[in-house]
Amino acid sequence: MTLLDVQNLWVKFPTRQGIFDAVRGVSFTLGKERLGIVGESGSGKSMTGRAILRLIRPPGIVEADYIRLEGTNLLDLTEKQMRAVRGQRISMVMQDPKFSLNPVMRIGDQIMEAYLLHNRAGRADARKKSLEMLEAVSIRDAERVMRAYPHEMSGGMGQRIMIAMMLIPDPKILIADEPTSALDVSVQRQVLDIMDALVKERGMGLIFISHDLNLVAEFCDRVLIMYAGRIVEVCDADRLHDAKHPYTRGLLNSLPRLDHPRDRLEVLQRDPAWSDAPSVGTQE
Amino acid sequence: MALSENQTERRPRAPLAPWLKSILVTLSSIAVTMLGLLLITFIIGRVMPIDPVLSIAGERASKEVYEQVYYELGLDKPVIVQFFYYLSDVVRGDFGMSLLNARPVSEDIRRVFPATLELATLGVIMGIVLGVPLGVVAAVRRGSWIDQLARVVALVGYSMPIFWLGLMGLLVFYGILGWVGGPGRLGIFFEDIVPTRTGMILLDSALAGEWAVFRDAFSHIVLPASLLGYYSLAYISRMTRSFMLEQMSAEYVTTARVKGMSERAVIWGHAFRNIRVQLITVIALSYANLLEGSVLTEIIFSWPGIGSYITTALLSADMNAVLGGTVVVGLIFICLNIFSDLLYRVFDPRAK
Repeated sequence: MTLLDVQNLWVKFPTRQGIFDAVRGVSFTLGKERLGIVGESGSGKSMTGRAILRLIRPPGIVEADYIRLEGTNLLDLTEKQMRAVRGQRISMVMQDPKFSLNPVMRIGDQIMEAYLLHNRAGRADARKKSLEMLEAVSIRDAERVMRAYPHEMSGGMGQRIMIAMMLIPDPKILIADEPTSALDVSVQRQVLDIMDALVKERGMGLIFISHDLNLVAEFCDRVLIMYAGRIVEVCDADRLHDAKHPYTRGLLNSLPRLDHPRDRLEVLQRDPAWSDAPSVGTQE
Repeated sequence: MALSENQTERRPRAPLAPWLKSILVTLSSIAVTMLGLLLITFIIGRVMPIDPVLSIAGERASKEVYEQVYYELGLDKPVIVQFFYYLSDVVRGDFGMSLLNARPVSEDIRRVFPATLELATLGVIMGIVLGVPLGVVAAVRRGSWIDQLARVVALVGYSMPIFWLGLMGLLVFYGILGWVGGPGRLGIFFEDIVPTRTGMILLDSALAGEWAVFRDAFSHIVLPASLLGYYSLAYISRMTRSFMLEQMSAEYVTTARVKGMSERAVIWGHAFRNIRVQLITVIALSYANLLEGSVLTEIIFSWPGIGSYITTALLSADMNAVLGGTVVVGLIFICLNIFSDLLYRVFDPRAK
């Protein structure tokens, strides 16, 4: 079943030197699956995530044939209707909880706010829900965390709080934009497992944006590889290592491997033709 | 259950200790600052090329009279002893006699300060009420006509000489249109009707229920207060704008949008909360500047405030009055600093 269907998505920014295309004609679909988007910095992967939520601020421009969420074209919605989509149907977890949580608000208030925005409920009810949600992301001592401020939390805890906050209105799709890049390696796994369990349990679709090929190969079902604002390759995650596109091959070869030690890692040789080639469409 | 146990464990044994400590630290820093301020004013008083004896006894005093005054002032004692005399006087609120009118300086200050306080408070309120929203809107709609307007308003506020604006204001609103009262704090018919309680006429007349006096006082204060308000508006709106711009690009603002909040809730509920601390400093600074007495405004509007008091005293070499006024102004700065420090702790959880 298709939750999200994106066709020919462009993100443009007017600059002094003319229009800069951050995303250039990207098309893909998302079902109840874990879809990875991999690419280097500036490849347009984060912009793709934000464009789906229509969070690109002016003067940035989002264009697409359509972005359909369960049949509704998000581009046709008014800003007010879009607000009902954000949080409630599509949500997003960002990179660093140190910056993505409001530093001067209590964590409890921030989580309850996310719930109250989309539910007609009293504060007592919202509080109960928030505590449940915090326990669902394995936070012990949830009562204390509710009263605490973000700076009192560790990175791993902060990211779990972020996940709790973003999942509390029960969205259908979660966009995770480099959710573990700012975390210690030791807690990355833990945060991913919690996110994975919740996404599965709730039958959600997950867009997992990352630059970490190994992580994506391990964690996702399907992978889009982006380069210079385009999708250069689509493949199943477990067959990522058989990828054909020279860019993907180059990325894979530049990773060190424990089972094949090498003295010198390969350096990625870029071919200008890659950025000119049209996007690869995804047909299921 | 486990939770409450945890809590009692985590609490330090004497919960007041950190509080007490921070209060003590604050108090001692106030004491040191005050001492430094008094030392400086004392030294200034000593190094001024004005003979205090002559200015009291007069140019043609006989030798006997001169020496008598010399001993009365304690000038025969060592400097350090003189400083402690000065210190104990000031602590008791005694700034000595004014040479101009032979009245205690403290009494004069008690009379002129409320006039400045009234004017500055009204001015800074106007600056906040108009400047903060203007700055916020200018930041949120960056580059729009309202941002350009805010820029022009601030630029004019920064660069236009206040005496010129004041004179033009008087000419237009008092001279031509007759909408406001002229110079001074009250019209001549309304003087000495209400008893002085706070020294602030608006407050005194309201307390006494004399609304005719209140209206007249308001018509006199509104023009100079607007003028001062305009200058603090220029400063406050510019600073608010730059603080807001910084916050609006922060990641937590995106989080709030992802939650599905309206733009207004994002701005006031999330971003604005984060600039309160910085804003307090700016407002306190702006208020302190106005309280110091805006000499030009006070002179143009014949406003008997502390700014014109100190200036007059300075021009007639009335050092007791100048130093007394300086100490009071310093005290205001210290108080406002403490106040904004306290608000910091309320608004920023990280400062605890």
